[in-house]
Amino acid sequence: MKRILTLLVALILSGPLTAQTGPLRLTITEGVIEPITFAAPVFQAENAQATQFANDLNRLVAQDLSGTGLFREIQANAFISQVSSFAQPIAYADWRAINAQALITGAVAVNGDQLSVKFRLYDVFSGQELGGGLQFAGTTAGWRRMGHKVADAVYSRITGEGGYFDSRVVYVAEGGPKDNRQMRLAIMDYDGANIQYLTDSSTIVLAPRFSPNGDRVLYTSYESGFPRINVLNVANVGRQQLQTAPGEMAFSPRFSRDGGSVIYSLSNGGNTDIFRSDLSTGQYTRLTSAPSIETAPSLSPDGSQIVFESDRSGTQQLYIMSANGGEARRISFGEGRYGTPVWSPRGDLVAFTKQHGGRFHIGVMRTDGSEERLLTASFLDEGPTWSPNGRVIMFSRETQGETGASALYSVDISGRNIKAVPIQTAGSDPSWGPLQP
Amino acid sequence: MNMMAKATMLLLAVGVSACTNPDRLGGGAAGAGGVGAGAGALAGSASDPTSPAYFSQAIGDRVLFAVDTSTLTPEGQRILDGQVQWLLTNADYRAVIEGHADEQGTREYNLALGARRANAVREYLVSRGVPSSRLEVISYGKLRPIELCSNEACYAKNRRAVTVLSFSAATS
Repeated sequence: MKRILTLLVALILSGPLTAQTGPLRLTITEGVIEPITFAAPVFQAENAQATQFANDLNRLVAQDLSGTGLFREIQANAFISQVSSFAQPIAYADWRAINAQALITGAVAVNGDQLSVKFRLYDVFSGQELGGGLQFAGTTAGWRRMGHKVADAVYSRITGEGGYFDSRVVYVAEGGPKDNRQMRLAIMDYDGANIQYLTDSSTIVLAPRFSPNGDRVLYTSYESGFPRINVLNVANVGRQQLQTAPGEMAFSPRFSRDGGSVIYSLSNGGNTDIFRSDLSTGQYTRLTSAPSIETAPSLSPDGSQIVFESDRSGTQQLYIMSANGGEARRISFGEGRYGTPVWSPRGDLVAFTKQHGGRFHIGVMRTDGSEERLLTASFLDEGPTWSPNGRVIMFSRETQGETGASALYSVDISGRNIKAVPIQTAGSDPSWGPLQP
Repeated sequence: MNMMAKATMLLLAVGVSACTNPDRLGGGAAGAGGVGAGAGALAGSASDPTSPAYFSQAIGDRVLFAVDTSTLTPEGQRILDGQVQWLLTNADYRAVIEGHADEQGTREYNLALGARRANAVREYLVSRGVPSSRLEVISYGKLRPIELCSNEACYAKNRRAVTVLSFSAATS
């Protein structure tokens, strides 16, 4: 895949970003919150070619923000003021009157296939700009990334946390009947746009996982006739098989935090354990050795610990051990079965799939197993993956019966904002990549 | 291959077919993925005891499992005894044992569970004299159901290990 966009970030205003001391601050908590209201008048087109982009970028920024459930847009027909120039002073009273807490203005210029967008964010009720103006430049083909960059900056300034809009997700695109599912790897923007297929559907592919910097993807493929782990280079779609410990099947891989090794499950003689292999030397280390099933390993953000699932107690439960193996402590104690644990990038939570009473749930718990909360419930939800800022989880939801099919959903960690990710096909096994540079 | 063994095999086959449903098993080419793809071409006639069709239909190419277990049932063991006799008689065949799970469970766990089931079958066949060099195992987890409904009637048939034959003149 060609790098389509070079981003330039420049301060428009002279001087550094000012510290944000104004009252426009949303603290993301797990309880119910009142969304921040914002107005985003159509961005200024600085030349004729920019008109459509100004409109589209404006809508994309508004969609990103509204889609979080943390922000609510004030519709344009309520506006008292218009913004006719990016430099014009803001008539705060007009925006206060319609109860817009935040105001986003922008301007777009197009020169050939080059596009630049700049924006400003205002705290309406305290009557001041929040942060300085920012400008992003790239190609017109990459316009969505620039919109996501603007939305990430707005999100960040208001919440004080990193954004997640300018990120990509790799997943399994599915088609065909349930007993002969066609599966191929696909990559898309976080919002379902710009889908590209990375493999064909000639063999089963499973559970792709991004590398920490997003340059490679690990996945399980039946290409050789048996399940093996492949490493795929996202830029040129070249792939090679991971050299694993000897065994019948290798699956459930994840990169180490430095991207230099892979932790995964290996089945041999019917027994599944967790191993680590170094990508450059091929040297492997066994991390568990129990007659039970040990699978779905996921590293803590500092790389020191692994959360995984095991049925050593008789049913699937979650355990944490050192990244070098050794004794594990169980962290899941609720009713039902727990699988597919994924450590949050913030380090505070573990997301998991829970099966109980004939239903499946995506849930989160603290890393000591306390404060378990179920965020979803359906016939079959599974396979959570975290947004880069640890605030949203994407997962697969499968419907039941002969026509059952899988779709991608996202939910924020409060569990309030659950929605389908629009993709053109059925989809499963999402892995959310990092915020793009 | 002596006549005695062949006769034993036929008796076993009759016993098995009495308690299984040939229509259900007849689909034979469970052929999940590339491995079993040749099985259909190999099938031959079910009335020919040396044919893969006979193996899948008269003897039974699959055994079923209870929820979240890989323990062979008495009926499963009877079917596998038939498979042992057939494989010992027809030494030019190799087999891949495919382990499967129903859809109640996560993909990863079900892959591991399918591996357990396939290995339970392989271990049984080897313990009864089939050379392990002729047997391979693979798991498809819940990815290749044969029955599509979402209730126990279908799940029971999807929790299976299928012995998929391939012809290989140069077996060890």
